[in-house]
Amino acid sequence: MRQILVNRLIQALMVAWGVGTLTFIFMRSLPGDMAYRIAAGRYGQDNVNAAAADMVRAELGLDQPVLSAYFTWLTDLLQGNLGVSLISGAPVFQEVQHQLSHSLLLAAVALLISALIALPIGIACGMRTGGWFDRSLLAVSALLRAQPVFVVGLLLILAFAVHIPLLPVAGYGTASHLVLPAFSLALVLAAVSSRVIRDSTQTVVQSDYYQFSRVKGLPAAPTFQRHGLRNLSVPVIAFLGVQLITLIEGIVMIESLFAWPGIGHALAHAIFSRDIPMIQGAALMMGLLFVILNTLIDLACHWADPRGQLA
Amino acid sequence: MKALLYILNPAQRLGAALITSLVAFALLEWLFHSGQAYQQNLSLYLVPPSSEAWLGTDPFGRSLMARLGAAIRLSLLLSLFCVLTSALLGMALGVWAAWQGGWVDRCLNLVVNILMALPGLILILLLAALAPGSFIVLYFAISLVLWVEYYRVVRAQTRVAVTSAPMESSRQLGFGRWYLFRRHIWPSIRASVLTLAAFGAANSILALASLGFIYVGLKPPTAELGLMVVELLPYYEEAPWALLQPLTAIFILVLGFNLLAGKIR
Repeated sequence: MRQILVNRLIQALMVAWGVGTLTFIFMRSLPGDMAYRIAAGRYGQDNVNAAAADMVRAELGLDQPVLSAYFTWLTDLLQGNLGVSLISGAPVFQEVQHQLSHSLLLAAVALLISALIALPIGIACGMRTGGWFDRSLLAVSALLRAQPVFVVGLLLILAFAVHIPLLPVAGYGTASHLVLPAFSLALVLAAVSSRVIRDSTQTVVQSDYYQFSRVKGLPAAPTFQRHGLRNLSVPVIAFLGVQLITLIEGIVMIESLFAWPGIGHALAHAIFSRDIPMIQGAALMMGLLFVILNTLIDLACHWADPRGQLA
Repeated sequence: MKALLYILNPAQRLGAALITSLVAFALLEWLFHSGQAYQQNLSLYLVPPSSEAWLGTDPFGRSLMARLGAAIRLSLLLSLFCVLTSALLGMALGVWAAWQGGWVDRCLNLVVNILMALPGLILILLLAALAPGSFIVLYFAISLVLWVEYYRVVRAQTRVAVTSAPMESSRQLGFGRWYLFRRHIWPSIRASVLTLAAFGAANSILALASLGFIYVGLKPPTAELGLMVVELLPYYEEAPWALLQPLTAIFILVLGFNLLAGKIR
């Protein structure tokens, strides 16, 4: 238990170091006088002068030698001092905090929908592998997996917002804005996880202890409840860890597609406009979100299967 | 070649056929088609497919067939480079770490853990931000993310092979390292490396298209599948057939490599 938390804490530090170093290199590699460019971005091209550039230079430590600037940059990062956005001028920490809540909402709803799709389908397929239901869903899952997540989102927009104008195309506000992005992510997640649930169900249902329970006279439903659910859940929860990567990457794509004001959209936007503090803040938040969700999954594995006691 | 076909199952053969047909399209288009991927002709605004322009033209009057061919060649070349680089690097380091053990193993594991602390696409995005629109940087970033997978799998399987009795006997008979690798290690990792290579190809194509789609990858006017989707999307009402082309190409490429990779892990 403590081991899990320590390992994940180390991972979080690595994320911070990796993101900090990359953005630092980015900062240093911008062509021209960085301070001048940043000042121009902040105050407008017409209002910038040498004094403003000098102020920016001192503020961001651009006048220091590389190594000491690097250490200042990293200590600032560890203290949660992420600087101000070069575009909006607002503190990055405030902005990403705001965006993170939108992303968490989207992620949670998408995970919930994908579980609601994948669990019944996966279990139904796993109970009777090789049947027509199983085979046709294998085909559906293969077709879905061959689409990038943005294409799934695009097709859903074309179907349910353009041809049948039920839902808004993009944006944020009402609950109906959440439906299409959440469903796009959920479909992509469920395409893979339903197959994992199916395999896991098959293993459990064909195992000796499961067969014995049926032979001794326990009806199907209580057998499944007592011997099936928890055993099949262990590999499924472990697989969630693999799916997190799909989820986080999907968030970047889907938020950009649907103009969802979350952290992934912010990251893509910041990269496009070369807003380095925002890039750092957004990438850091995405990385930390990844670590936190991974920790939760580790703990859930630990809870569902105390035998392993994760080394 | 015939032996290779023999060991493929039906789904993998379908995958191989899909990839082969796209490669054929890209090559034939390159060799025989006279259309230009970058030549604009504004009087040919969104001409539907006809006997003259088989796949029609885009809003700038550029031949969609030429653009599609160029985009598919770009995707396939990128995935080829990425897969070769990441497979060789991951295999070499994986075998080295498992064989040598000790500090080599520990150092490499540290590097891998740092790389895996961030989701792959985020790392690729950050690296792509350093040099926008650069093919070399995208290639480097995608390979950097992909090799980790080979390293982990190869290392785990090589550890088993290295401590096995047959390899121990060979070693005591005085065979050299290259022989030991070819005779004992390569057969045990071959299947996984080929599977990972097919998935890697699919993933690098997806990554390139995804970056193009959110406008942080290659820059216009490059003919690239993700960018083509963005460019043609506003004209969906007028020309759904145009938008369908890059979407289908991505779909066939990824489906082909996924099928080729075989059973999902």
